[in-house]
Amino acid sequence: MDDSPEILEEKKNKKEKKRKSKQSSSGAGWSRREFLKISGVSAAVPLAGSLVASASVLAVEMADDTAVQGPGKAPVTLTINGKSYSAQLEPRVTLLDALRDQFDKTGAKRVCDRGTCGACTVLMDGKAVYSCSILAIDAQGKAITTVESLSEGGKLHPIQQAFIDNDAQQCGFCTPGFVMATKGFLDQHPNPTLEQIKNGMGGNFCRCGTYAGMRAAIMQAAKATKGA
Amino acid sequence: MRPFEYASPKSKEQVSALLAARWGETEVLAGGTDLLSLMKDEVTAPSRLVNIKGIQDLHGVSNSAASLRIGALATLAELSNNAEVKRQYPDLALALGDAASPQIRNMATLGGNLCQRPRCWYFRNGHGLLAKAKDGKSLVLAGDNRYHAILGNQGPAYFVSPSTIAPVLIAYGAKVRLLGPAGARELPLEKFFVIPQSEEEREHDLKPNEIVTDILIPPASHTHAGHYEVRQKEAFDWPYATAAVALVMSGQNVQSARVVLGHVAPVPWLSEEAAQAITGKTITPETADRVGLAAVEKAKSLGRNTQKIQMARVAVKRAILKAGGVA
Amino acid sequence: MADNQPDYNWPAPEKRSLIGKRVSRVDGPDKVSGRAKYTYDVHRPGMLFGKVVRSPYAHAKVVSVDTSAAEKIPGVKAVHVVQGPGSEIHWAGDDVVVIAAVDEPTAADGARAVKVEYEPLPHFVNDFDQPQNVADDNGPLSLNDLVGMFRNQVPDQQVISKINEHGISFKVDDDLLKQLHENKINEGIITALQKAPVKEAVKTASPYKKEAEQLRGEPDAAFKEAEVVSEGIYGCPVITHCCLESHGSIAEWTDDDHLFVHISTQNVSGVANEYAAGLKVPTGNVHVHQDHIGGGFGSKFGADRWGIYTAQVSKKAGGKPVRVMLERDAELTLAGCRPSIWAKVKVGAKKDGTLLAWQSESWGTGGPGGGGAPPMPYVVNIPNQRKQHIAVLTNIGPARAWRAPNHPQGCLVTMSAIEDLAAKLGMDPLDLMIKNIELTKPATDTYHRAETYRDELMIAADLIEWKKNWHPRGQGSGPVTRGLGLSIHTWGGRGHGSNCALTIQPDGSVNMKMGTQDLGVGTRTAILIVAADTLGLPLNAVTLDIGDNQYPASGGSGGSTTIGGVSSATRRAAVDALAQLFEKAAPALKAQPGELEAASGTIRVKSAPSRSISWKEACSKLGTQPIQVTGKNPGPGDLISSGVGGAMMADVSVDTETGVVKMNKMVCVQDCGLVINLKTAESQCYGAMIMGIASTLYEEKVMDPTTGRMLNPNMDFYRLAGIGDVGDLVVHMMTGKGYDERGPIGLGEPPTVSPAAAISNAVANAIGVRVPFLPITPDQVLAALNPQGGRNATV
Repeated sequence: MDDSPEILEEKKNKKEKKRKSKQSSSGAGWSRREFLKISGVSAAVPLAGSLVASASVLAVEMADDTAVQGPGKAPVTLTINGKSYSAQLEPRVTLLDALRDQFDKTGAKRVCDRGTCGACTVLMDGKAVYSCSILAIDAQGKAITTVESLSEGGKLHPIQQAFIDNDAQQCGFCTPGFVMATKGFLDQHPNPTLEQIKNGMGGNFCRCGTYAGMRAAIMQAAKATKGA
Repeated sequence: MRPFEYASPKSKEQVSALLAARWGETEVLAGGTDLLSLMKDEVTAPSRLVNIKGIQDLHGVSNSAASLRIGALATLAELSNNAEVKRQYPDLALALGDAASPQIRNMATLGGNLCQRPRCWYFRNGHGLLAKAKDGKSLVLAGDNRYHAILGNQGPAYFVSPSTIAPVLIAYGAKVRLLGPAGARELPLEKFFVIPQSEEEREHDLKPNEIVTDILIPPASHTHAGHYEVRQKEAFDWPYATAAVALVMSGQNVQSARVVLGHVAPVPWLSEEAAQAITGKTITPETADRVGLAAVEKAKSLGRNTQKIQMARVAVKRAILKAGGVA
Repeated sequence: MADNQPDYNWPAPEKRSLIGKRVSRVDGPDKVSGRAKYTYDVHRPGMLFGKVVRSPYAHAKVVSVDTSAAEKIPGVKAVHVVQGPGSEIHWAGDDVVVIAAVDEPTAADGARAVKVEYEPLPHFVNDFDQPQNVADDNGPLSLNDLVGMFRNQVPDQQVISKINEHGISFKVDDDLLKQLHENKINEGIITALQKAPVKEAVKTASPYKKEAEQLRGEPDAAFKEAEVVSEGIYGCPVITHCCLESHGSIAEWTDDDHLFVHISTQNVSGVANEYAAGLKVPTGNVHVHQDHIGGGFGSKFGADRWGIYTAQVSKKAGGKPVRVMLERDAELTLAGCRPSIWAKVKVGAKKDGTLLAWQSESWGTGGPGGGGAPPMPYVVNIPNQRKQHIAVLTNIGPARAWRAPNHPQGCLVTMSAIEDLAAKLGMDPLDLMIKNIELTKPATDTYHRAETYRDELMIAADLIEWKKNWHPRGQGSGPVTRGLGLSIHTWGGRGHGSNCALTIQPDGSVNMKMGTQDLGVGTRTAILIVAADTLGLPLNAVTLDIGDNQYPASGGSGGSTTIGGVSSATRRAAVDALAQLFEKAAPALKAQPGELEAASGTIRVKSAPSRSISWKEACSKLGTQPIQVTGKNPGPGDLISSGVGGAMMADVSVDTETGVVKMNKMVCVQDCGLVINLKTAESQCYGAMIMGIASTLYEEKVMDPTTGRMLNPNMDFYRLAGIGDVGDLVVHMMTGKGYDERGPIGLGEPPTVSPAAAISNAVANAIGVRVPFLPITPDQVLAALNPQGGRNATV
């Protein structure tokens, strides 16, 4: 990203030429990227051409069937707890930020934002993942399950009840992430040992120190969910 | 994160064309567990991200007489539970199941694990792979190098190779297949890792417009493998040192050996000295300890990481004892 | 008791329906379901997102700031320069410019477009090396020194003696006096400041500030008398709070001079004062709200610079709501440093273990303010002492209070030194502690402290099977050895000033309002337990509103002061309300109001419980007027106390080949007066042990000498304990006679004090040598076992 504006400009010109020749020969019409450029959406990305080498400077050939989106906002549709949600988002928006800032699903928390602490844990196609480390645009077509879904209709899931019964929470900021990690864990280990909990629940951190209650809660939830 | 363009090719042949010929302009998105952090910290700021997860060829695991082929996009979780991996390479399955955290294993791919960037805190804080101050002096040597290299550390690189899986794969004799504009090529996995000599280079023998497509592991039915990680926490903690060994036995004696140390050098460290020290020997706590000693014979402290030499030695000893079924 | 004063005393054990029982926290369902809204979750209509430009230098002058490019970016709505040209930066990551934009990516683009030119100045981030060439006097105290002492909770007497000793370099004018009074600074300090000679500041390049030597008894003679003297060096580095919900707020102007803030704070009722001072609006114009807080641990009392500038940038954006929550790296870099301690200690005793003399040379940093000495020797008041402390001024970052400020540091040094002495004496440290237990008696003993410690130590010893499992130092065999260690601790924890409003409606519904906050310790639940128990109602018959400064004011949650404050205020309100209800209900029961009691959802005659009416019916006698009372602390009746003790023991295994320490078990025995909720009280102790395990084994704010920046401002390398790292944990609360009658005493601090000392002692017992410094990482253990390597070159 050290290119001076002049170099960038030069590359851009080369690229423009290539694209023109390609379009005239293929006649394939507008790619999504071209459309965005023309519709002016990409203008919402302010720094292109100054501080950041905009994608358009890259002298590459584009295969016709390669979907290219951004850097401006693109339509993103997510399936969250069985319902469909859409928004215009830049590709750089993470699943976590989309859930929290666009769709008011604030159960998943932003804590480390680097895939370490587990507070943002959701299920994607049934598996526990860090939603901070997935792009929203990349989560399309997947079934996203957030903590909000576990108690829809007001009845708490056995995991949630176990967390309450064993006081496996203090400030509670890590709790939704732990609940979802527990869900992902118990789905795969319905009869966990304490050894399995050490590794299988190792992707989440609590700062207040609720692991004693949590171990008991996970064992209680395992019993309660057996066969469910 | 800086803005970027997002491309999702459907075939592996399309990828090279979407990637720039210079590092940093584009990046490949697979599991994303490391890449997104690097982008948030602006350690890398690509203007295009090429998401390869839609390429079916890069998924899956297939077995043949020559090797087990693992698609670069196979996740660590998927592989740790794969029946063939468990049957043929049980030690690899264990290492995969113990890597990072469940959430990471569910997303992270094997290709991505091999291509993840070093965790060196100078690198992650934006001082570059070689971590030089403005005056050209090494920040690592002048600073806190408790986690840094004890082998291959004559400079200019002092970081350690971060993968806990790569040493195990290398011990098993794995190869990696790459695809770029000039076509496909294949390397022994140990050759895939290189020590960069300048900021323009990376720590992999990978061109900016190449991708890892497959990992190939030769059959290992006569191999006894074991690995050991010296790390403080039960789970999800970067180790101080790891060792992976694969032994081919002839009766009670070791006929041939591959001993690979992790987290001790800028590359996974295939130790010839250690291999020699065990070849022809019976595995006992004493011989294992001598192998450990041989493995760190050339190790050198950078100041704060002296104790890693001892840890590496113990890791090798314990890995050998595990492989030999002694511990 | 006066005839007209109701009986506020805590109910007798047999009368308690909820107090002291195990009650699940009332906000549990909200927290487990993701419904609980934290400040970070608040999304106000039209909200803008803030992003901050931060200094890459640990010490620098801002030369110029150019925000023009940022202002031109579409979507950037406001730009505010926090520290303009001429400002001096004292730590890396300090705030320079804030951008407010329509979304987070745009705000980040705006921040990136700001050009700031700095003049780098020399920085100093090495608090570890023993200070050399230290001047005896650093001249008069500056205002910064004074504020630094307040922040570090240096005892008032110590502050006064420093003012008297050094003089001051600033004028005590009306503005300052006003601020001192507003911040409730001790009157003795204010008087000392007014009397202090104003001297010219001494310019010094030295980062070291020597405190006056402290003497007690005759240490020289006592060391001569001592038959055994043990010497050692001990310490722990700066660590950081790492609240999972970072610091931050959402600020909006509802009109020109009315501010509405959602802020993550431990001080809902008090924080508006800081906004008012910083923004020049009346305090009453600042509305503060917070439903839930994701951790504070002592680091979230103020509005902070970022709280003020969030309001300022909101104003520039036409009053629109602006959210600035610190990102993780900023949270770890600048939102909380617990001061370090490093100490060379000598302890002398008779052969029978009688402790005679203590000598310590210590140093440590609380950032640019230096910081004060922790209490040493801790709890065990060795009769003869000589102590010298040097404050190290660094660019590591500003200190903030951390649970039990200064106690864990003093405890670690003291208990380690005593355990080393026990090893040298060939004594079981438990026996040594018991032998000297009378030394733990405080100057003013409000209850039998020494006996409590003895009882607690005996119970802990049973729970960890001390006599069976303890062995003399370093007698393990094989690569993995096991060891046991112990420590004791104390804290005050008297309830803070607190007000509440309680309303009983004619329909029987009951509501309470209080401007307090629930840090996760179960404050909501405790208030409801006291209210419902007093009113004879089930827990869910009372509703509670907290977290808003429009409710009756309650103190900040720090220093374990909340439980005593809120529960005694609640008790008084509920008793008063009940007295009014009895007046109205008495005719229906054909009894005198004084003959009535509330129990099991009824109002009934004490002497004839079958003569009763339901709560609802009793309330219907109110007609149309609800009962509205306020409760206060302090207030009538003697409901709370101060001063608790606790004992901890740790059982560890150490792999002497790799240096890895594993927790096998840890035991906490703790008193806290009257337990309001046994379940959450125990959770406090579990949490304190776990947090203590992390700070003992993993946590360190690692600073780079060349750049002056924190190397691990992330949760990858700022390491916390995971679920598999803590071993078995056992909590025993001291309750019943001798404890209950003291009333509730805070519990947030005391159990956080001992873990480091207990674990460090257990490790020393296991491996036969002291690992001198925290965190006890594998490399530190190996370095202790093998003195040829590691980080012990400089001291």
